[in-house]
Amino acid sequence: MRIEILPRATALAAVALLLLPLAAPAEEGPSLPPAGNDVRNRDSLQRGARNFMNYCSGCHSAKFVRYNRVAADLGIPEAELKANLMFTSDKSFDTIQSSLSAADAVKWFGIATPDLSLIARARGTDYLYAYLRSFYADASRPTGVNNVVLPGTAMPHVLVDLQGLQNAVFKSEAGEATPVFDHFEPVAPGRLSREQYDEFVRDTVNFLQYIGEPIEVKRRNLGVWVTLFLMAFTAFAYLLNKEYWRDVH
Amino acid sequence: MSDVVDQGRRRLLTAATALTGAVGAVFAAAPFLASWKPNARAKALGAPIEIDISKLEPGAMLKVEWRGKPVWIVRRTPEMLHQLARATPFLLDPGSEASVQPAFAKNDARALKPEFLVVLGVCTHLGCSPLPKFEAPDVTVSADWPGGFYCPCHGSKFDLSGRVFKGVPAPSNLTVPPYAFLSEGRILVGSDSTQSA
Amino acid sequence: MAKDGYGTTPAPGLWGWINARFPLESMLKEHITEYYAPKNFNYWYLFGSLSLVVLVLQLVTGIFLTMSYKPNAAEAFASVEYIMRDVEWGWLIRYLHSTGASAFFIVVYLHMFRALMYGSYRAPRELLWLFGMVIYVCLIAEAFLGYLLPWGNMSYWGAQVIVSLFGTVPVIGESLAEWIKGDYFISDITLNRFFALHVAAIPLVLVFLVVAHILALHQVGSNNPDGIEIKKTKDARGIPLDGVPFHPYMTVKDTFGLGVFLLLFCGIVFFAPTMNGYFLEAPNFEQANPMQTPPHIAPVWYFTPFYAMLRAVPSYFGTQVWGVIVMFAALMLPFFLPWLDRSPVKSIRYKGWISKLALAVFALSFVVLGYCGMKPPVGNLPLVSRVFTALYFAFFVLMPWYSRIDGVKPVPERVTYHAH
Repeated sequence: MRIEILPRATALAAVALLLLPLAAPAEEGPSLPPAGNDVRNRDSLQRGARNFMNYCSGCHSAKFVRYNRVAADLGIPEAELKANLMFTSDKSFDTIQSSLSAADAVKWFGIATPDLSLIARARGTDYLYAYLRSFYADASRPTGVNNVVLPGTAMPHVLVDLQGLQNAVFKSEAGEATPVFDHFEPVAPGRLSREQYDEFVRDTVNFLQYIGEPIEVKRRNLGVWVTLFLMAFTAFAYLLNKEYWRDVH
Repeated sequence: MSDVVDQGRRRLLTAATALTGAVGAVFAAAPFLASWKPNARAKALGAPIEIDISKLEPGAMLKVEWRGKPVWIVRRTPEMLHQLARATPFLLDPGSEASVQPAFAKNDARALKPEFLVVLGVCTHLGCSPLPKFEAPDVTVSADWPGGFYCPCHGSKFDLSGRVFKGVPAPSNLTVPPYAFLSEGRILVGSDSTQSA
Repeated sequence: MAKDGYGTTPAPGLWGWINARFPLESMLKEHITEYYAPKNFNYWYLFGSLSLVVLVLQLVTGIFLTMSYKPNAAEAFASVEYIMRDVEWGWLIRYLHSTGASAFFIVVYLHMFRALMYGSYRAPRELLWLFGMVIYVCLIAEAFLGYLLPWGNMSYWGAQVIVSLFGTVPVIGESLAEWIKGDYFISDITLNRFFALHVAAIPLVLVFLVVAHILALHQVGSNNPDGIEIKKTKDARGIPLDGVPFHPYMTVKDTFGLGVFLLLFCGIVFFAPTMNGYFLEAPNFEQANPMQTPPHIAPVWYFTPFYAMLRAVPSYFGTQVWGVIVMFAALMLPFFLPWLDRSPVKSIRYKGWISKLALAVFALSFVVLGYCGMKPPVGNLPLVSRVFTALYFAFFVLMPWYSRIDGVKPVPERVTYHAH
């Protein structure tokens, strides 16, 4: 009787350990509602691109992203791209620059506005989705608004005419030193309903995820073919291995 | 080794595995080779350029860089254009049959508008940049020099349309890049479409 | 069989022409077709060849990355994004390299654990084990140096923390840390020298050591799950009775293993290249910022067991050098394994329950420490780290004692093997 319990058990443990990272992310922040965006949804990405160009690119660059790449990946005709989406450049191979200079940004907001090329990879889409929906009126701030997700944010609520203004209601738990956010209360309605606004933000976040890694969809699609190919290769190698080892007794 | 070995099956499986592996290796190598191609940034940097030629004097030459190569723009005088016919009998490829140029430049002037010559200043022999020698005659080149370009590296000679003379090392006329006139005084080099990229 | 060279009639044709001038045929025979490996190899024996595969993968992808990467602080971060976006297939080459780094440690850790289980470090394989350990230390250095190159914020602060370890050395510490950085902080100068070491110096040493590791292996022959020397039982021709030629038997087995490995590996590359932040960390998608530390700093997973040990030790007498000493001791102890293990048998199969328990506890402590090193040191974690650091050390320090008193089972004369 062979004693193989330890190796077998360790092998199982090793496999379990390898799968663990997929279940639990390395960095655990406060749990946020999922953004629910789908980077394969081109219509959503096109809407997100429009949102980004109209509402974000005034102050934020996406300096690693080329206009023509976006147009090609999202199926936007070049003419439409130039007419409706390119505000800071007339060359489609240019990267997305902001018209706001870093010096002006520091002067106006006290901080250089971050480049958004990789923001979705650095912060996660759930964070961005929550952030853009969590501005609330706060007269003590120079911008007149604060944010539940990023308290003290320097960013003004540029989407206020869409979302409308809301108040944040904080609740003091017994024994808690600082009050905890409980819920929002609308103050002034915006042009969009709550559902429409969520969809607007979801599209925008979807676009940010896309520019974070433009190859993502193609990468996954290619991965399916690579996997199928490797399965065939491994199957042949398995049979070959079995065939040769029939010699060994 | 008592069992009878099925050599046929063994060969078949070896071939199948080796073939799949070889196909896989080719597929794996392809991205690495493709990564050397001019990429999006090179294409952006090598995009067509716009040049202001409104201030170019007759008889003068403007040098600009496009894709790391000198582009010459010569505003030719009527006398210079007249010299082209004088040079023709001594040229290797006067009709630009074996030379590189857009279809619109396959003529004696090798130009869209005869007044303006646009060529790459790269000798078709080994890539040196020839010197402008517009004066005719010029004893430093030859006694009967009709004016043109002279390559100091290996002595290749070109006329005022960038056409190569007989008996010199360069095998063909200077290359004319694609270009277009955006307006009277503006030229786009790198694309023969007036729609800028 | 006569070797080619002087005094033998060369074979005809190109093959003979080459072999009269270069020992190609004899090398192939010695290392591949007539290298006899024990037939009772199990799948734990795949990780050696897989390590070699990953090494080649890292060298090739690394060379291609250097073609587009800019080793200076102003351009490094942008050049990585240039590779990810503008260079054709650059994203694939980069993901292969970043995933390869983690894969390297996975296969090497499993390869080392195999050696622990079956006593592959025991005489006459001490030097083989030492070469392997030096390879492992070089790999750690290689991974650490390479981690700075993307010039993300985690790269920056990770390097900052590790270089600061050298600053804890008494007396010379501060100047040592400055000497390593070549500056007063992790700067362009540091990045430039880390680049040189990562792409040229250490890979060169690694390749040399891997060759030495394989030559040492082929000199003494492979161990096996029974820990029995197959060279003791040979047939009339001098071929081990329990050996099979490496080619084709092990090459087909390794090919199958390669297929399984590539399925898992490509699964990560194509479907989860960041591995949820374990292989590529989210803060590293922000450029290095000397003014702002990421909220939570942890090394990449393969360093975390050692990082946990570093943090487990509190400072005494106003210095943190103790944690550094513990961490380096943890890295150095395995070097002594061949002389710490006093068991009369090699393989865990024939060792007693104490050795089995010790090995299991050791593996567990490595994993638990790895987990502790990833998390912020709050709650019970510092205590847990201390307990498992002690267990990690106990495995080595107490080995001369428990390996001697532990019971053993009789070792058979021949390897145990059941035909498939």
